[in-house]
Order: sequence, then structure tokens, then C-alpha cells
Amino acid sequence: MSGYSVTEPSKRQKWIAGLLVITYALVTLMPLLWVIATGFKSPEDSIAYPPKVVFQPSLEGYVNLFTTQTRITPDMEATLTPPKTWYEQIVRDKGMVIAGASRYGQRFLNSVIIGFGSTFFSVFLGTLAAYAFSRFKVPIKDDLLFFILSTRMMPPVAVAIPIFLMYRQLGLSDTHLGMILLYTAVNLSLSVWLLKGFIDEIPLEYEEAALIDGYTRFQAFYKVVLPQAATGIASTAIFCLIFAWNEYAFAVLLTSGTAQTAPPFIPTIIGVGGQDWPAVAAGATIFLLPVMIFTIMLRKHLLRGITFGAVRK
Amino acid sequence: MADNTIDRIAKATPPGLAKRVRGLSDRAIAWLFVGPSILLLLAINIFPLIWTIRLSFTNFRVNRFNAPIEFIGLRNYERILSDPDVWKTMQATAHFLFWTIFLQVLIGFALAYLINKKFKGNDLWTTIIVLPMMLSPAVVGNFWTFLYQPQIGLFNYVVGFFSGIDPSSFSMIGSIHLAPWAIVIVDTWMWTPFVMLICLAGLRSIPDSIYEAAEIDRASKWRQFWTLTVPMVLPFLMLAVLFRGIENFKMFDLVVQLTGGGPGSITTLTSIDLKREAFEKWRTGYASAYAVILFVTVFGMASIYVKSLNKVKDR
Amino acid sequence: MRISKFLISTAVIAMSFVGTTSAVAQDLTLCWASWDPANALVEMSKDFEAKSGNTMHFEFVPWPNFADRMLNELNSGGHLCDLMIGDSQWIGGAAENGQYVKLNDFFDANNISMDDFLPATVVGYAEWPKNTPNYWALPAFADVVGWTYRKDWFGRPELQKKFKAKYGYPLDAPANLEQLKDIAEFFQGREIDGKKVYGAAIYTERGSEGITMGVTNALYNYGFKYQNPKKPYDLEGYVNSPGAVKGLEYYKALYDAGTPPGSSDWYMSEDIDAYKSGQVAMQMNFAFIWPGVNVDPNVGGDRTGYFANPPGPAGQFAQLGGQGISVVANSPHKDAALEYIKWFAQPEIQARWTEMGGASAMRSVVEAPDFPSKKPYNKAFLKSMSIVKDFWAEPSYASLLLAMQARVHNYVIAGQGTAREALDGIVKDWTEIFEDEGKL
Repeated sequence: MSGYSVTEPSKRQKWIAGLLVITYALVTLMPLLWVIATGFKSPEDSIAYPPKVVFQPSLEGYVNLFTTQTRITPDMEATLTPPKTWYEQIVRDKGMVIAGASRYGQRFLNSVIIGFGSTFFSVFLGTLAAYAFSRFKVPIKDDLLFFILSTRMMPPVAVAIPIFLMYRQLGLSDTHLGMILLYTAVNLSLSVWLLKGFIDEIPLEYEEAALIDGYTRFQAFYKVVLPQAATGIASTAIFCLIFAWNEYAFAVLLTSGTAQTAPPFIPTIIGVGGQDWPAVAAGATIFLLPVMIFTIMLRKHLLRGITFGAVRK
Repeated sequence: MADNTIDRIAKATPPGLAKRVRGLSDRAIAWLFVGPSILLLLAINIFPLIWTIRLSFTNFRVNRFNAPIEFIGLRNYERILSDPDVWKTMQATAHFLFWTIFLQVLIGFALAYLINKKFKGNDLWTTIIVLPMMLSPAVVGNFWTFLYQPQIGLFNYVVGFFSGIDPSSFSMIGSIHLAPWAIVIVDTWMWTPFVMLICLAGLRSIPDSIYEAAEIDRASKWRQFWTLTVPMVLPFLMLAVLFRGIENFKMFDLVVQLTGGGPGSITTLTSIDLKREAFEKWRTGYASAYAVILFVTVFGMASIYVKSLNKVKDR
Repeated sequence: MRISKFLISTAVIAMSFVGTTSAVAQDLTLCWASWDPANALVEMSKDFEAKSGNTMHFEFVPWPNFADRMLNELNSGGHLCDLMIGDSQWIGGAAENGQYVKLNDFFDANNISMDDFLPATVVGYAEWPKNTPNYWALPAFADVVGWTYRKDWFGRPELQKKFKAKYGYPLDAPANLEQLKDIAEFFQGREIDGKKVYGAAIYTERGSEGITMGVTNALYNYGFKYQNPKKPYDLEGYVNSPGAVKGLEYYKALYDAGTPPGSSDWYMSEDIDAYKSGQVAMQMNFAFIWPGVNVDPNVGGDRTGYFANPPGPAGQFAQLGGQGISVVANSPHKDAALEYIKWFAQPEIQARWTEMGGASAMRSVVEAPDFPSKKPYNKAFLKSMSIVKDFWAEPSYASLLLAMQARVHNYVIAGQGTAREALDGIVKDWTEIFEDEGKL
């Protein structure tokens, strides 16, 4: 019986398990790959029946995504100078000219500003609060912690009603500041709970030693605890960022032209005279890619993040 | 879940530390550190919540600047609870909740079980499987409308390819019979990995020694699965269900993009209905009452659930 | 970049408080739907920028989100839009809630007369209360639901013969709604040039206003009325009259037997897609798309014909679309915004507007003797504009619309209940809304 373990699956079992899981993974990946591929199709190919698996790649979707275009008449076309760049050429081939940049870049930038801004604040505030909860006797601590978590249970549409009224009074409607504040508050529960878990894991001995060496509490906090919690803080930050990045309900209800982020905007990308699926797919691809990369970076802490620190590996 | 963390903090606070501090007392630092977060939450969550409760007793409408605001007592609540259309949205939400959770638990657990066989490369494949759940639900919903197109969509094409049904003969989001399943399918596609990850953590938390002991007792594999694996994973599974339950009770973005609540009102979940009342009809008072009812429901159900979760854990 | 714009606009707001007015060049934002005509307006506005020194910005939102976003903007007291080309039905709410600037004095001072515009558009886009001389907008874009059809397919002798044999009259632009349904059924599933095609693309969208804008074209012509003409808000027997029931049943029959599979949530852009890609023989859509269809490489020119919504047993009407342009009361640049309207109201600019793909409602433009022959669709446009009817423009229009969307979609698309039940449901919902409003 040497080398046999009751808990180690047999080779055959592993094979079957691997096969099934890989099949599932491939099926689950198909919609994503399809969207990415659609971004590189021409509008005609994107709505071809039966769906085209092999197609002539085109950047028309991306050009349409980033520009607005106007139709020109043949006699107008004759007066124009020939297109200078490849993207002008693509547009001209359809009998159009580029009228200007589309709103996508601006919406994307809003997503970046609001995403990073709110992440910074929620991690900053969250680290402080998590440290206090982890190390001190805070009165009604359990209630406070539960209260912080419970704010996350409310349906965003319901929360948005009073926020809408409040922001209208304060002039925060459709502003970057308003959205940053809101996302900070929503993400705070996540960052406090996650970071408290991370800080709990840092042995007390280090701080005690530092305090004995004459450090103040503050010094002990930022010279000893913070460096140790760096990985935890980084992964918390990425989780906050992903949430703010993906958020839709608040964004669609509380922003319009100035501070609108990409998620409410992407579904509204419509080409000149008809749904422009390649442009929508291109917009989605550019928007989803950073999150995919982050997910791969985060895979070790994924579970912890999605369960608010309740489950750790 | 809340409890185990709280227990650990209680233990973590060292009794003697406070005395050794120079400068601010621990108490002051604690408040200084916790204060800003609490203030922000009070401003953005609690104050608005109280405002919502107050508004729920009025006939206030956001878009009527000059109309007088009247207190109308419980009238809004009466109207909501006696409105059959509201109950229909609750029904749609219940259907959505039940089937998404059922399918996600089933598939998620099965996947976790298979991944736990530790075949070569399981880490890589796990990461790939996880991708959908990290994406923006609104964007996902939007591109699934494309995949569900009867003529040109990938979904119908693939179904047609394997079943021989004409891909243009059915419309996932256009048919009253299929639409409720269309949203279940996308949510399951997106969130099965979530349940899978949690189950995997549960499976990995079971020490090998338990199985070895069972083997010595000559318990069959089947029996081991039901008497050891399932009970040990159950608390994890219940936690996953809690999270999915809360999330899907709040569901808005994915379904709004996918079906817009149609056809008819068959996929109008409560959040979508609430949005129409609050931000299209602008019946603010009525919508506030609606919101309060949802708060109470989700808090009530969650706390009952957490209690039973703790019971399972204590067993 | 955003911040600096914010600073500038704050500075501008501050300046306008101290009393500096239109002498200073200003940033104006015009809000409208994102569609072909909007691009034409951008082009045209360059003339205004050059003449006035003001800079124009534009915020365009696609139709399915347009009302949602813009009403949210108005109700949230936002400062995004100075000028709003808002949908005709918003006018009641915007007027009663003080969200638009009343334009009577401005019109008088600048010799702009509403008599110069098509009467239907003045009532539809500018007046509140309706049929009173209180103006909140200048008619900006005349639009109405009409139909395009594949003249090239209709003209094929073999199809002509088959059609005549089956229905007993020649295949041509339908003379009434019943014929339209026959034609849709005739084309449904037929193979043309090796491709399977379908009858008609019609409005079925659920989320915003789509199916309502479509179904009303059948309802009106079969005898649906919004209310008792003698007693306002009296709905019973008008909304759910036997004629209305027939009209709703007609729309469902058309949907069931003559539209492409999966067209359960279609509005303007989906209908255009289907038509341009050669999927359908006929297309219901607002007339704004006609210039685009006319120049389309696949279906443009002689291949397409246009007709006004055909009559039914109770007459011939068509759903009004289109918008007026208004000044947002919240705007810090009202004077400059009014200047824009003054510029826009000039007859030359209006003529140019129609030429560039807009649709002027000015009589000097559309009643010009050569107008009907200028473009192949102009006749159908004029006919359509003379038979328009609009949805409620009450302040509670959104609630009225949502109720109708739900009831109609539920019957026509989801196939639940009967037409009578759906209309009775609308009577019930609408009555409740009017009671809430204190109108009943």
C-alpha cells in the first residue's frame, strides 16, 4: 500500500475532473471571446447570419467608438481633400467624415477619476477605522461594525432616492465630487471589513516592541503596521476600484453629462442609423480588459475580497 | 460570519497597551480613526435613510417644485402592499432568486468538487472561470442582448447547432416563457464562480485526517460524501447563498440592460419597478415607502438567515 | 480639463450674477437626442457661433435613454443644459414646474410669430396648456410616424402576380391598415434574392416609449380617443371603445403575423437596421430617418417609397413625434440661449435646416410650392403632418406612458389577456393617475 493515500484522487479521477472543468471554462469564456472578436468585425459581419467565426478583421468598430461622424453627399465629398490617416480613410469609405471625438474617452476618464478618487478615500478611511477596530476597545464596536456592513445591503435604487434629493440641494448632482463621496461611502464597508482582517493577522508583538522602543502610537501605526499591511491594502484597493469601476445604478441615476462613467454610457453607443455592435463591443472590451487583468493579479485574495473577509484561504 | 471576526478582535485588543502611550490616549486615537468613516456613513447612508422614512409618509414629488407636501400617514404603504403589480414584481424577484441560487449552488459546488481533485493546472482554469463575475453587470447585460439575438446571436446559434432547432424560431428576451430564464442564465453564467470559490474554500478546510478515519471505518465514498463533505461545506455554502441572496434581491443593472423588465412586465424585478416609480414617474413619497419596505425585507430575511447560519456553524 | 471647465463655468455664473449679460461670449450647452438630425444641427450651429461669438456644446443622448436622462437632469436642478430640445410630451410638466422659460414676451419682442409655423407643431411642441397662446418652446423639429416600403420588391412582376391572385388587389403602397397587414403577411418568410425576408418592422420597445408610439397609429385609426371631447379626463368608453379594442387587436395581429422573429423590443434604430439590411418589406418609423434611407447604398433612391400612416375605419391619423426648442429655467446663460433661438427662428436658417437633414416646421419652408417635389419623401411628410395626434402632454405624462407601455406590451408582445382587458387596465391606471393629480 505504499504511496497510496485515501485522500489523493486517482489519476483517472483527476483526468475526468480536469476535462469537465476545462470544458466548463471554455464554454464560460465563449461569450467574452465573442464580444472581443465582435469589436474587430465590420458592422456587416457583426450581424451576419449565420454568425461569422472567420472574418476579415477591421478597426471600424474602434474608429466608430472614438469618433462622431457626419454623412456627406457625393458632391461635398468632391470638395474635400483626400483622407490623411487610416482612420479617416475607414470613415470616408462609408461616405462619412469625422465630425469630432466621441464622448467615450471622456466617460472613460470619468470612470478613472471617480474610480481612483473613491478608492483612495475608502482605503484611507478604511485603514484608519480598521486599525482602530482591530487594536482598540471601541465602544459598541460590534454594533458599529455590523452597521458599517449593513449599509451594503440596501438596494442602490432605494438609496439613490434621498441621495438624489440631497445632492440636488447641495449642488452635487452630476459632479465628480458627489460620485467620489458616494462610492467612498459604499466601499467603506468593504474596506473596513477586509482591512480589519488583514490587520488582525499582523502579530501584536511588533507594535509592542516598537512602543517599548519609544515610538508613539502614530509612529507604530505607520512605521510598523502599515508596511506589514501593504499587500492587504493593495488588494483591498483593487477590490474597491473594481466595484467603483463596474457600478451602474448610482451612475445612471445621479449623473448625466459631466460626471457620467462608462457603464451607463456603453449600452447607449449607437451608430449613425442603427445599432453599431462592433463599436459597443469595442467599448466593452476596452472597459472590461483592466478588470480582467486585475482579477488575474488578485487571484490569491479573490475569495477574501468577495466575501468581505469572511472566508480566507 | 460577523461573529467570528468580532470574537477575534475582542481577543486582539491588548489590555496593557493603553497605559504605555504618549501623546493622545488610545481612546482619542480610536475615535480619531473611526470618526471620519462613521461621519461619512452617517451623511451618505443614515441621514438619507431617515429622510426616506420621513418622505414615505408624504405625497412628495421631486418634480413638483410648487406643490404642497402633505403628510398622508400610511397611505403609501397601503397602496404598495395592496397593489397586485407590486406583488408580481416580488414574484418575479422570487423566481429569479430561487433559480439563480439553485443553479449556482449546484454547478458551483460541482465545479469546486472537481477542482478539488487537484488536477494539473487547476489554478489557471479556476482563474479563467472566475473572470465573468468581476465584470460590470450593466455591460455584461448589454452584450448578452447581442448574444441573445434570434438571427445573429451566438447563443441561439449554438443552441440551434446542438439541438437542431431553428435559431430564428425562438427569442430568449422576447418570449414571455423564455425571458425569466434568459436572466437566470446570464446571472448563473456570471456568478457561479462565486459560489464555486467559496465551496472550494470549504472543501479545502476539511482536514484529510477525517477522511482517513472514515476509510478505516469502511464507510463508502458515497456515505463519506453525505456525512462528511456536505456537512463540513454547508456553512460555507450557506454563506455563499446569503451573499447571492442579498445581491440578487438588489438586482437592477444586469436585468435592466438585458430585458428592460419585459416582455410585458414578466422580468420587472422590484428594483426595476422601484426605479420607475422613483425616477420615471417621480412619485418620491410612494417610492420612498417602497424603498423602506425593501430595506425591511432584506434586513429581516438576512438576519433570520444569519441566525440559522450560526446555528449550523455551531453544530 | 474638466476642472478647468468647471472653474470657467463657475466664473461665468458668478459674472452673470453681477449683471454682466450676453455681451460676454458664453458657453452654451444644447441637449437633444443623439441621432442624424443632431449632427446636422452641430454643423449648422457653427454659423451661430461665428455670428454671436458664443461657443456651443452639445449633449446628445440616444432615444431609449433620452427622456429618462433629460427629465432626470431637469428634475435634479442640474446645470448641464441651457437649451433643451425636449420631447413634445414633456411640455406640460416642464411648464407647470417652471423648468422651461416662458417665451411669449421674447417672441413678441423679436417678432417671432407662431402663425409662421405649422399649426399642429405649435400645439404639439410649444403650447401649454394646449390650445392656449402660452408658448414654452419654438417648434424645432417636425416629425411624425410614417412608413417606408421596398418599392423594388413591390414592383417585381412575379410578386405582383402572386399577390393579386391571393388578395384580389394590386400590390402597392397600402390604401388602408388592413391592406398593410395583408402585405406584411404576404412578405413574411418569403425568399427574395436567396434571403428570407419578413413583412414589417414595427415599434415594440418596452423600456421607454416605443410600443406606445407604434400602437397609437393603429388605435387612432380604429377609433381610440384619449378622452371624452366634451368632458376632460373622462376615459371610460373612449380609451377602451370597441374601435380601440379592434385597433389593439389589429396591432397584435400585425406583430404576430408580419414581423421578424425576435422583434419584441424594437424601436427606431432596430427598425432602421432591419430595413437597411434588407430584412423587411416595410418599416414603421419616424420621418426623421427618411433622408438617411434615401441616400442609403443598399435601399436608397428608387428602391424605397414612402407613405403616410394608412387610414382605418375611424379615419386617418398618425402619431406625432418631434420637438420644440426651449430655454432651461435653471440655465445661467438664458440671454445667450434666447439669442440662439432667435437665430434659429430665421427663415433662411429654417430653410437650411430642412436641407441639411433637419425638419423645419416653418410654413414658409414646408408650404413652399417646390417643397413636395424636392425630395421623394416630402409628399408623404406633408400628408403625415396634416393628420397628427399626440400622446398626453400632461405633467404626469411619464406615469401615463409607463402604464400604457406595460399594458400594451403585456398584450401585444407577451400575449397575455385580451385587448379589452389591456385597455380596461389603461383606463384604470390612467384614472388613478388623474385622481392623484387632482384632475378627477
